[in-house]
Amino acid sequence: MVKSIIIGAKDVTKRFGNIVAVDNISFEVEKGEIFAFLGPNGAGKSTTIKMLTTMLRPTGGKLTLAGHDVTKERDSARKAFGIVFQDPSLDEELTAYENMALHATLYGVPQERQRPRIQELLELVELWNRQASYVKTFSGGMRRRLEIARGLIHEPRILFLDEPTLGLDTQTRNLMWDYVEKLSHEKGMTIFFTTHYLEEAEAVAERIAIIDHGNIVATGTTAQLCKQTGTKTLEEAYLKLTGETLRDESGEGNDGLNFKMALRNRRLR
Amino acid sequence: MDVMYILWLRQIRRYRRSGSRVLGTLGQPILLLLALGYGIGAIYRRAGEGNYLQFLVPGIITQTVLLSGIFWGIIILQDKRFGFLSEMLVAPVSRAKILLGSAAGGATVSIFQGILVFTMSLIFGFRPHSWSLVPPAFLVLVLMCLALACFGAGIASMVEDFQGFQGINNLMVTPLFFLSGALYPLNNIPTILKVISTINPVSYMVDALRYFLSNQSHFGITKDLIVMAITFVVCLFFAVNRFNRIQM
Repeated sequence: MVKSIIIGAKDVTKRFGNIVAVDNISFEVEKGEIFAFLGPNGAGKSTTIKMLTTMLRPTGGKLTLAGHDVTKERDSARKAFGIVFQDPSLDEELTAYENMALHATLYGVPQERQRPRIQELLELVELWNRQASYVKTFSGGMRRRLEIARGLIHEPRILFLDEPTLGLDTQTRNLMWDYVEKLSHEKGMTIFFTTHYLEEAEAVAERIAIIDHGNIVATGTTAQLCKQTGTKTLEEAYLKLTGETLRDESGEGNDGLNFKMALRNRRLR
Repeated sequence: MDVMYILWLRQIRRYRRSGSRVLGTLGQPILLLLALGYGIGAIYRRAGEGNYLQFLVPGIITQTVLLSGIFWGIIILQDKRFGFLSEMLVAPVSRAKILLGSAAGGATVSIFQGILVFTMSLIFGFRPHSWSLVPPAFLVLVLMCLALACFGAGIASMVEDFQGFQGINNLMVTPLFFLSGALYPLNNIPTILKVISTINPVSYMVDALRYFLSNQSHFGITKDLIVMAITFVVCLFFAVNRFNRIQM
């Protein structure tokens, strides 16, 4: 089978003033792959996701989603992906159904196809019986499930999940990853996610990229990363690849969030 | 069109579901009608100026839609702070559409509030000069509400937090209202006040409404309408420009 590239990043850089958040990175994700993007806080994960999802313009380089250049063919690129943001992004004053219908209309899903599609997805995330309830009455886990269902309405080919399991209980997390794997295996959907829980990445991701200080320091399957670093688990491999910097930063009383500090440390090395 | 409609509908739904918003913006006009309409009305009549309530009501309607237009901006601020804006901004829809659909919703809410205050003033004893001039007064109201909804959206796009928004409210909206001729006739007032009122676009809104509802005018209706049209275009441009600059 010929593998096709669905997410492509080539020499992508993002600067905020003098601070380089993402420094000339390149990577590719194949169609249908579950791809994890890992890195410490402030490493450039969110900036990369924001550039991929058209929220930020790259300073340099080229990003493509399903063959569309994200800066030149923005609307086609936008139709190709669904996203679950790191922070909640539902309208709490609307019902679950209304949130879904609003999204469907924004993405141009025809009126007559909306109802069956919304029902199907709300049933998938087990929220159909609560479709008429206001989102403000939902628990954190229910909101997350609703956001996932919402991101799928327009049948995207790529699903971005930015720390989707943050603050969720174990049951909801397991359930969520079950859906995600099902989507990938049954519908051939490409999944691109970030997380701080390495055991999740190890269990779910088919391939992993680790980013630190705006650079991709390693890419590969868990087995490849372990082999490369001579470690046994993804966590050990991850710490070996990124740990040194954390030690440097904590020595300076830095929590790893500061780009400038991180950059200075790198120059000193 | 579908997109604009659903965004409009979202604003209407949110308004209908928020009782506090209805009451919050209606409390003040009732107070003003009572305290000023009745309280000052007696002196106004003795000064030979006629019926104060007839003079005051267009001003109170203007104040209501001014407040409502600014309050509407808070929804944009909420969207920005609590994430829903990201959902809208990554959709394959232009920002102008998102803004205009939402602002039309905000304006509709203001129009409704204006009509509510008008109806209430009838209970207080206000009578329009001629019922046949109420429809053009309504059109003036619509134009006002559209301009002010855009103004509120533009301000909300610039402000980062609720405290800042409160500051804008105190620093801009209150003076715009008090220095507009909404409460007192612009004849025979000190020059400084007159100059400020003349450059304040809200004065012309009050004046146009007063022309149709109470048959009184300071600037003349042609001038009122021209200034209002310019104000609307400027506010629209301001809103689109500021909204386009929002960074996620």
